[in-house]
Amino acid sequence: MELSIHLTEKNNSLVIHLSGEIDAYTAPQLKERLLPLTKQNGTLIKVDMEAVQYMDSTGLGVFISALKSTKENNSKMKLIHIDERVYRVFKITGLDEIMDLEPRNKVERRNG
Amino acid sequence: MGNFDFIEMKIPAKAEYVGVIRLSLSGIASRMGFTYEDIEDLKIAVSEAITNAVTHAYQNDEEGEVSIGFGVYGNRLEIMVADNGDSFRLNEVEKELGPFDDTDSEEIESLREGGFGLFLIDALMDKVQINNKQGVMVLMTKYLHEIEVDLDDDQVSTR
Repeated sequence: MELSIHLTEKNNSLVIHLSGEIDAYTAPQLKERLLPLTKQNGTLIKVDMEAVQYMDSTGLGVFISALKSTKENNSKMKLIHIDERVYRVFKITGLDEIMDLEPRNKVERRNG
Repeated sequence: MGNFDFIEMKIPAKAEYVGVIRLSLSGIASRMGFTYEDIEDLKIAVSEAITNAVTHAYQNDEEGEVSIGFGVYGNRLEIMVADNGDSFRLNEVEKELGPFDDTDSEEIESLREGGFGLFLIDALMDKVQINNKQGVMVLMTKYLHEIEVDLDDDQVSTR
C-alpha cells in the first residue's frame, strides 16, 4: 500500500513515474511532488501510470488540483499508460473529457 | 434475517489503514466468488467510505476508530462502514437506514463535498444506504451475479 514516485527529465518534458496504489494515504505524497512541477511555466509533465493498479477519488482530487494549476501556470499535464480499471474511474466521473489521458495499450482480444 | 456470516473489523481512523481493509475485502470477496472486476469496484467503494470517515475524524481532531462490517450472504455482500467506532447492532441497523439522497444533514453534505467519493460508491455498488443517527454509517450491497456461458454460443448472459 505504498506509492513510489520517480522523476525523470528529458529536454523540456518531465516524466513522473508512479508505482503502487493511490489512496487516502498516498495521495498527499503525490500532491506534494506533482503540484510544484505544474508551476513551472511551459513544461509538459507526463504522469506515467503504468505501475498504478489502484486509484480512488483521492487520486482524482490530486489530478484535478494539478490540472487547475497547469491552467494557471501555462504548463501541461498528460497521464499515460493508464490501466483499464484505473481509466474506468476517470470515465465514470467524466474526467476523461477534461483531462489528457492515454490508456495502456490493450492486449489483442481473443476471438469468440 | 436469514443465514449469513458476519465479519467485523475496527481500525484507527487513519489513512494508512484503508489499504489494509482493501486487502481483507479482496480476500472475502474472492472467497465468495466475485469476479476480478467486481472486486475492484468493491475496493474503491469501501475505500471511499472509509476515507470519508477518516477525513471526518481528522478534521475534528479526533483519535477515533472506524468500524467495518462485512455481511456475507449466499447471493450478496453487504458492507457497513461507521465512523463512530461502535460495534454494529445488526437488528437496529436496517430500520435506521435511508436512501442517501433523502438526507440533508451536515455530515452527509460533507460526504458529498468530498468530491467524487459518494458518487463513486453509488456508481459501483448495487445499493447504497446511509444512516446518520450517531455519526455516519454507510451500508452498501453488491450482488453476486452468476454468469452463464453457453458453450455453443459466445454470448454471456447475466442474471
